Amino acid sequence: MAFKIGERVRTRAQVADGHTRLPAYLQRRPGVVASLLGEFPFADKRASGLDAPKERLYTVRFAACEVWSGAPDGDTIAADLFEAYLEPAS
Amino acid sequence: MSAHGHAHVDNAAISNRVKMLVARLERAALTSEAELDELIELFLRSARKENGYRAVARAWLDSGYKARLLADASAALAEIGIDLSHWSPVKLRVVENTEETHNIIVCTLCSCYPIALLGPSPKWYKSEAYRARVVRDPRSVLAEFGVTLPPERSIAVWDSTAEARYMVLPQRPPNTNDLEETALASLVTRDGLIGAALV
Repeated sequence: MAFKIGERVRTRAQVADGHTRLPAYLQRRPGVVASLLGEFPFADKRASGLDAPKERLYTVRFAACEVWSGAPDGDTIAADLFEAYLEPAS
Repeated sequence: MSAHGHAHVDNAAISNRVKMLVARLERAALTSEAELDELIELFLRSARKENGYRAVARAWLDSGYKARLLADASAALAEIGIDLSHWSPVKLRVVENTEETHNIIVCTLCSCYPIALLGPSPKWYKSEAYRARVVRDPRSVLAEFGVTLPPERSIAVWDSTAEARYMVLPQRPPNTNDLEETALASLVTRDGLIGAALV
């Protein structure tokens, strides 16, 4: 599923055991798709030596206060996240 | 690897594994010490923080160039003779400091860094303390670097988790209207391009 720029998404919990590029502190958080970086081999599979099909990679921005309680309004954290890490915001 | 990821990896053990791997590849005639030396030198020769300084000075002088640098950094750097084709497919992105927003870069998972633009990274950038704290409380980290921002200025932290590397475009300092490109470039610092300094 492709996401649109500006779409609200939510990060999943860790997709599988082992290597991931979804940092623990950004799991299960609401964010907004800021840009599409392109398609790259899915890092979680590549790290296991498995065939790594390309996946869309997005820059997702999070309000810092959605990540850490008490963080100042207006502060943001951005991370580059593969599509498999994301689901539509419910 | 430990349950904590990359943080507790023993450098000596890694170094030994790399040496053994290189020895095997050399024995199998798949590479040679000379070939590896040449590749590393090619990479490091072009990876200098002066690249970043030049791009910033040009962007301060030329708003059209600034727009291109922010839209497609790799293409804009090629324009001023900084060839990053050996870096492909890693994407370079430049984020602009403004009156509203201060940017700062980190790699919480390991130590990803725009070496091509900034040269080798400082030790603190790779430290667990910086990586853990700058996403949690960037204002305190900035204060320790001597940077105090107006309270209304927001902070954007860019965590380089995958195939992009980030560089900050600092604000042009006041009273620099009469400076030409080389002089402007000399005002820029490595920490400024990470976002740990204002310029």
